[in-house]
Amino acid sequence: MPITIHLPNVLAKLADGQRTVEADGATVGAAVGEVSARFPALRPRLVDDAGNPYPFVTYYLNDEDIRFTGGFDALVRDGDEVTVVPAVAGG
Amino acid sequence: MATTVSVDRDVAPDTLPELSREEILRYSRHLILPDVGLEGQRRLKAARVLLVGAGGLGSPAALYLAAAGVGTLGLVDFDVVDVTNLQRQVLHGTADVGRPKLDSAADRLTDINPHVDLERFETRLTSANALDIIREFDLVVDGTDNFPTRYLVNDACVLAGRPNVYGSIFRFEGQASVFATTDGPCYRCLFREPPPPGLVPSCAEGGVLGVLPGLVGTIQATEAVKLILGIGEPLIGRLLLVDALRAQFRTLTLRRDPSCPACGTRELTTLIDYEEFCGLRGAAAEEVAAPVVRELTPREVADKVARGDDFDLIDVREPHEYAIARIAGARLIPLATLPERLDTLDPAREIVVHCKVGGRSARAVRALQAAGFRQVWNLAGGITRWSDDVDPSVPKY
Repeated sequence: MPITIHLPNVLAKLADGQRTVEADGATVGAAVGEVSARFPALRPRLVDDAGNPYPFVTYYLNDEDIRFTGGFDALVRDGDEVTVVPAVAGG
Repeated sequence: MATTVSVDRDVAPDTLPELSREEILRYSRHLILPDVGLEGQRRLKAARVLLVGAGGLGSPAALYLAAAGVGTLGLVDFDVVDVTNLQRQVLHGTADVGRPKLDSAADRLTDINPHVDLERFETRLTSANALDIIREFDLVVDGTDNFPTRYLVNDACVLAGRPNVYGSIFRFEGQASVFATTDGPCYRCLFREPPPPGLVPSCAEGGVLGVLPGLVGTIQATEAVKLILGIGEPLIGRLLLVDALRAQFRTLTLRRDPSCPACGTRELTTLIDYEEFCGLRGAAAEEVAAPVVRELTPREVADKVARGDDFDLIDVREPHEYAIARIAGARLIPLATLPERLDTLDPAREIVVHCKVGGRSARAVRALQAAGFRQVWNLAGGITRWSDDVDPSVPKY
């Protein structure tokens, strides 16, 4: 099912410069995995070696933090939007 | 409906400080705003706000909070003004380069509003002093620039029961929220743990658009004023994402994590060692265990060039940095492309590697050592020190 993944600028360069990428998968984890397979340089910034989310990168499915809605197992529907929010510390 | 934040220092209207005639005139545009009015302005005068960091975010936040008439501003910073700060840190001017930021900030803020009392903390915020300092204030504006201090500010705010007006920036994007209110989430609910050292570059390494901290720091000041006045809908339980390139602002829902050790289970009852929490001590230990990176000073490398020694000088910075400044004779191989270009290097030749200040080139030296190169040196202090010690015509950036 096609969904949209929004990447921050800092990660876009690892996805051929795209800020938004279309992804397929029944769950958030499957969609993130599909995008990671397409852009191997992006993978280590999105998931750990075991394919799980990092504690310093938060995923939103539409406007909700996925940790409260099933994590990577959260089901997605056509047209859903996943936003990747990495920790930054600049001030 | 307005969300009010309970702070220990909430004051009854009849005990709020009076405004002088000069103050009434100065704040007239506030006083005629129905949601601020005389009582709101007196609340601002009674308020005590602590700014942690007088840099990119702290600059606009401090300027606007002083102008708005916040009665007491605490400032925590131990840095001196550097010329590279001026592209974004509008609290400081060219004449202030080399001065302590707190001196520069005090002059500017007093000029903007002499009615503001400034409390200066010319120190690094630490686990030993954070609670004592933060408890003296009603709320905190986090304008720090590193993960250990961000977790320290967060935990201290949770423990002390003070709202933490958070802002953070990198390159063209920023984040803002209000953490550590009575019922709201905290920074650890958003990011349970920091990234490992070196994964996320600092603004000094990765750059930041100068106006971006102006946007985000001004949002922090706005949130602080709203919390003091008890008006509007503060960014409690919401994360604001600012994308300067796309001119997009988005808010996402933030929830208190019941398993959060700070504000959820509250198992975190004292401040911890935040350098260790952020893996910085571990990283230092790893570096000790890793093979030694041999270094040459810029003067030693210049002597090799003068003697006509046969060696390769490799620049592992990015092309846009190479365009700013370069060392004559250096060959550009950006660090990320090094693994695929190893076969273009000759292990039989001596290799000196450099970057901007020596960090990336040290990683490159290790990678070369791991690939079997034996005669590899790091240029100590990078092109920056080369400019200082050998060739001042090479621009520093």
